[in-house]
Amino acid sequence: MASPTGPTGTPPTGRDARPVYELRGVSKTYGQGRIEALKPVDVTLTEGSFSSVIGPSGCGKSTLLKIMAGVVPPTSGRVVLDGTPVTGPRRDIGMMFQQATLFPWRTTIENIVLPIEIRDGRAAARAAHADAREILELVGLKGFETVYSHQLSGGMAQRAAICRMLITRPQVLLLDEPFSALDEISRDFMNLELQRICMSRSATALLITHSISEAVFLSDRVHVMSSRPGSIIAEIDIDLPRPRTTDMMVSPAFGAYVQQIRSLLDKGAFQ
Amino acid sequence: MSSTAPEGDTVWTEHVSLIDRIPRSVAMVGLLVAVVALWQFVHSFGIVSPIILPSPGETWADIQLVARNLLSGGYMLKALWITTQEVLLGFLFAMAIGFSLGILVGETAFGERAVLPYLVAIDTMPKVAFAPLFLAWLGFGIASKVALAAFIATFPIVVGTAAGLHAHDENARMLFKTMGASRWQTLFKMKLPTGLPHIFTGLKIAAVGVMAGAITAEFLGGGKGFGELIRVAASQLQTPRVFSLILYLSLLGFTLFWVVVLVERRLVFWHRSTISETAGLA
Ligand SMILES: Nc1ncnc2c1ncn2[C@@H]1O[C@H](COP(=O)(O)OP(=O)(O)OP(=O)(O)O)[C@@H](O)[C@H]1O
Ligand SMILES: [Mg+2]
Repeated sequence: MASPTGPTGTPPTGRDARPVYELRGVSKTYGQGRIEALKPVDVTLTEGSFSSVIGPSGCGKSTLLKIMAGVVPPTSGRVVLDGTPVTGPRRDIGMMFQQATLFPWRTTIENIVLPIEIRDGRAAARAAHADAREILELVGLKGFETVYSHQLSGGMAQRAAICRMLITRPQVLLLDEPFSALDEISRDFMNLELQRICMSRSATALLITHSISEAVFLSDRVHVMSSRPGSIIAEIDIDLPRPRTTDMMVSPAFGAYVQQIRSLLDKGAFQ
Repeated sequence: MSSTAPEGDTVWTEHVSLIDRIPRSVAMVGLLVAVVALWQFVHSFGIVSPIILPSPGETWADIQLVARNLLSGGYMLKALWITTQEVLLGFLFAMAIGFSLGILVGETAFGERAVLPYLVAIDTMPKVAFAPLFLAWLGFGIASKVALAAFIATFPIVVGTAAGLHAHDENARMLFKTMGASRWQTLFKMKLPTGLPHIFTGLKIAAVGVMAGAITAEFLGGGKGFGELIRVAASQLQTPRVFSLILYLSLLGFTLFWVVVLVERRLVFWHRSTISETAGLA
């Protein structure tokens, strides 16, 4: 399938590419129906696109992501990835959280091949070391392979977590506030890295964030959620050329998107 | 000149008191010398009867006498070997039962709901009170001593293992879930390694308890172990002998404890406590 590209060389955005992830009427209540975390939502992610979800704290963003990743069952609705329903964890889904969660008794490289070790055993994990080294180089961690993970800084640990997510070559990446524990400088840098990785692998990605500018900067489409029980109140397509650069963040178009999303969030919060 | 501080002068430094500046080896030897000197003083002035408190010299002579007996493979070595067997077997049984029960309690809802309350109830009992039971059931040989030693040492291992299995955080659990890990994989690759510091805390308490169990059982149930030697020497008012036997017995306990610490250092090299906790014993 020829990927349609715009005059600016924009990769396929939400409107004109093949859908890979489809959520229909997905909702979640916790505690025998006492806590309604998520109202029924519909989300479609198209191949190679980058989407983000933004919304007030506690509106069910993490819940949505866990349902998509197949680690929490939805109360209603269905999740389909690449034509097959998601009913449990899958290796074509890569996931990343706010905490790097590396295991201190493992070296960096052993942490990275852990998903392979879990799914295919120790021999396969050893065979994946070459692969892991390549990815480590991609995120600038070359030379830290045999360092124990408690000796890594926060930013380095989060980069190692990216490697661990990428080692199984997932088709989609689900990111739950992956860089929100980092300082602003490393965070901007990591966002550029993330864009580069997604573009080079043409991976489909969904990012949860509390930062409006981060959402606009990275995304082809931003899903705005209302406060709990969460529902999607708007989907904004971001029509900025790729690759995005930090210079764009001061452009008027960027500012207009930020403003639009901010007012939507303000309205959603006081409903 | 822009600085107002006098050049070359340190204006403010951390103050360490004189007593805290003494090097460890000097401090340890110094304290020992002081205690022996006090002991000699108490003895020389007849403050306490020599039957109750023998002189340091007498005790030292007996320590050497016992050493000769041990090194020449005399009856004391045989007694020490019996006690060593009791302690080691007791520790092995305690680990086998302790880990199994710890995993049952820490990993399964059934264990936590049904088994844990009973374990807590038994743990609060004075466990040496069970010694006569073990003697009645298992006789006066080594088995009853192993049983009491293991019985006392099991509980810290259960508690350490169960606590260790709850030491991981929600993120690690979620991560293993997303990787599609089975229950066993989650247990062996994440929960148990995370819990090792707790488990070793339990093992160290158990290493101390297993000695107490074996010796108590020997006091109460006879046999041919080191505890019996101590009991006989005490009943004959051979106080220097009691002192020197206790010294050698404590070497056995110290060795066991030290082995546990060494294994811990190898396995839990990544945890803060390993460095600080063992520093005092190095
Ligand atoms: N396992 C659970 N059991 C019960 N309630 C839960 C559980 N997980 C989440 N909730 C509730 O569901 C709601 C949504 O939680 P969720 O973690 O999805 O929010 P969030 O949007 O990710 O919040 P944040 O921005 O703070 O990360 C919250 O009110 C939370 O208390
Ligand atoms: Mg969240």
